[in-house]
Amino acid sequence: MSAVRIFVPVDAAAQSVGANEVAAAIAREAAQRGIAIELVRNGSRGMFWLEPLVEVETATGRMAYGPVAPDDVASLFDAGFLAGGTHPLGHGLTAAIPYFAKQERLSFARCGVIDPLDLADYEAHGGLAGLHRALTMQPQDVVAEITDSGLRGRGGAGFPTGIKWQTALEQPAGQKYVCANADEGDSGTFADRMLMEGDPFSLIEGMAIAGHAIGADTGYIYIRSEYPHAVATMHRAAAIWHDAAPSPFRIEIRVGGGAYICGEESAMLESLEGKRGQVRAKPPIPAISGLFGKPTVVNNVLTLAAVGDIMAKGAAHYRDFGMGRSRGTQAFQLAGDVARGGLVEKAFGVTLRELVEDFGGGTRSGKPLRAVQAGGPLGAYIPASALDVAMDYEALAAAGAMLGHGGIVLFNDSVDMAKMARFAFEFCAIESCGKCTPCRIGAVRGREVMDKVIAGEDRASNLALVEDLCEIMTDGSLCAMGGLTPMPVLSALRHFPEDFGRE
Amino acid sequence: MPAVSTFPDTQDAAARAICAQHGNRPDALLEILHETQSQFGFLSDDALKAIAHALNISRAEIHGVVTFYHDFRREAPPGHVIRLCRAEACQAVGAEALAHHAEKRLAGNPSVGLEAVYCLGNCALGPAALVDGELKARLTPAAFDALVAELEAKA
Repeated sequence: MSAVRIFVPVDAAAQSVGANEVAAAIAREAAQRGIAIELVRNGSRGMFWLEPLVEVETATGRMAYGPVAPDDVASLFDAGFLAGGTHPLGHGLTAAIPYFAKQERLSFARCGVIDPLDLADYEAHGGLAGLHRALTMQPQDVVAEITDSGLRGRGGAGFPTGIKWQTALEQPAGQKYVCANADEGDSGTFADRMLMEGDPFSLIEGMAIAGHAIGADTGYIYIRSEYPHAVATMHRAAAIWHDAAPSPFRIEIRVGGGAYICGEESAMLESLEGKRGQVRAKPPIPAISGLFGKPTVVNNVLTLAAVGDIMAKGAAHYRDFGMGRSRGTQAFQLAGDVARGGLVEKAFGVTLRELVEDFGGGTRSGKPLRAVQAGGPLGAYIPASALDVAMDYEALAAAGAMLGHGGIVLFNDSVDMAKMARFAFEFCAIESCGKCTPCRIGAVRGREVMDKVIAGEDRASNLALVEDLCEIMTDGSLCAMGGLTPMPVLSALRHFPEDFGRE
Repeated sequence: MPAVSTFPDTQDAAARAICAQHGNRPDALLEILHETQSQFGFLSDDALKAIAHALNISRAEIHGVVTFYHDFRREAPPGHVIRLCRAEACQAVGAEALAHHAEKRLAGNPSVGLEAVYCLGNCALGPAALVDGELKARLTPAAFDALVAELEAKA
């Protein structure tokens, strides 16, 4: 009999709740009992409330047990978990867990399934098929396929990816670059991190396809320094890729310096050039003059991770998911005070209520839900009474909110929305690059005025001042940092006036 | 790539070696600063002078970069560093109260530093922290105290 395969995630979030200790306990217990096992450190399935989620490969499929503590390991062996035995921590087949079964996993199909750094395992699960097909096609045809898929930038702006690639392709031949934006700074988001740690080759494959499409031989992955595990995994994955060389595309990994603004594409390019991460004025757009002044495609990790699947299965397959002008799937991330926090990849059009209630299961604390912040620190606060909005770029915009990078943060009824509005200004003051005045000065003044509002000082005129300031920041800022900071502030003020002393 | 520990042990010599390893390319400045800092814990005047010389950029430019990014230190850090997440998703599960508790617990403790960080990507399991580079989850004041006690025992 061959050794039973046991999966214990190596994902940083899983490690944060003891996955390494559980893996060690399983290895120790198996050795003591003289049982041969093969321990695989996979990525996370994205069901974080079940981490560490241990899986055992059986004849009927992978059986899930979680959350497992080191002390549970002996009883798991006693219960015969190696053959899928019943145990209080058991959830049956992983694929049948409703949270997982109800998802539409395209970009995250392999995440949590394979050994992240095993290129053969990657290929055995459908990896490289998209690249191989793309390499048989003319660059223009690859761009057309991406355009037809309806893929839009997953970083937040939602710009059509095919149009960006087309612009870069049309620039005269010469040095061009593909840059993956892995500066996932939005609170409430972790999809890039999970993908880089759980399926790093899918990012590299997407970049290699983009490189073929626009005529670039080099790509940079800019990862935030707050993700040391992802940085380490991507370094190893890039080395494996270069050795195996499924395409001549080369990858360089660069680590950020703890500056949120470097998630803005032009600030990221400055940082990649070794400079202060200050936003560039546009035009020129990066697709014409980007890194080192060369034509550069800057795409979010999730955008690039979708590319391999699109090229493997064709544009129509991807386009058939979604609604309206939002095609394909989005990795939604449930965070904050949520009972079942994690990653939900679902076609556009799912409602916020389905995500928060059906998937998330409401609050972890059991307190009533009061507000949801969608789209990161620059996204709107949505009251618990307005969860029926469809998650789609246009529908959210119509509701005065945004999708951003897909983060959804739940707040219970203890939240003070005036303090959250103040925090939005404070965060902007800390993280502003300082290049434009509305953002640099506006954020500081906004925080000061919110302090007065919170102290109950002349509230009516100070709130009028906040609204004025927000108008200037929205209209006058160079990038989304200053331009969107008013979104959380004004949505909090609009939906929760009682927290600001307004009737 | 040779292990970092094979670099010379003075900051300027080490910085020069790290620069050389990156082909003295100015665009690799952040990587060079990270590597130099990871060896010595901070960036000394000597190191920055050596880097400016090797990359042929002005010290003013380097100063601009070092001060722009939150990660870089000009002084030696305490023996242990706790980076506590203060962003929204962790705030939603009590990060602010935890931060107040942490400040009180660590007041006057020179060996354990407390820093704010905005998102560690562990937003479904907050409050989160990076403790000497290790990611922690679901921190409560009691769990925080236990962590600190462990660090103090090591110090």
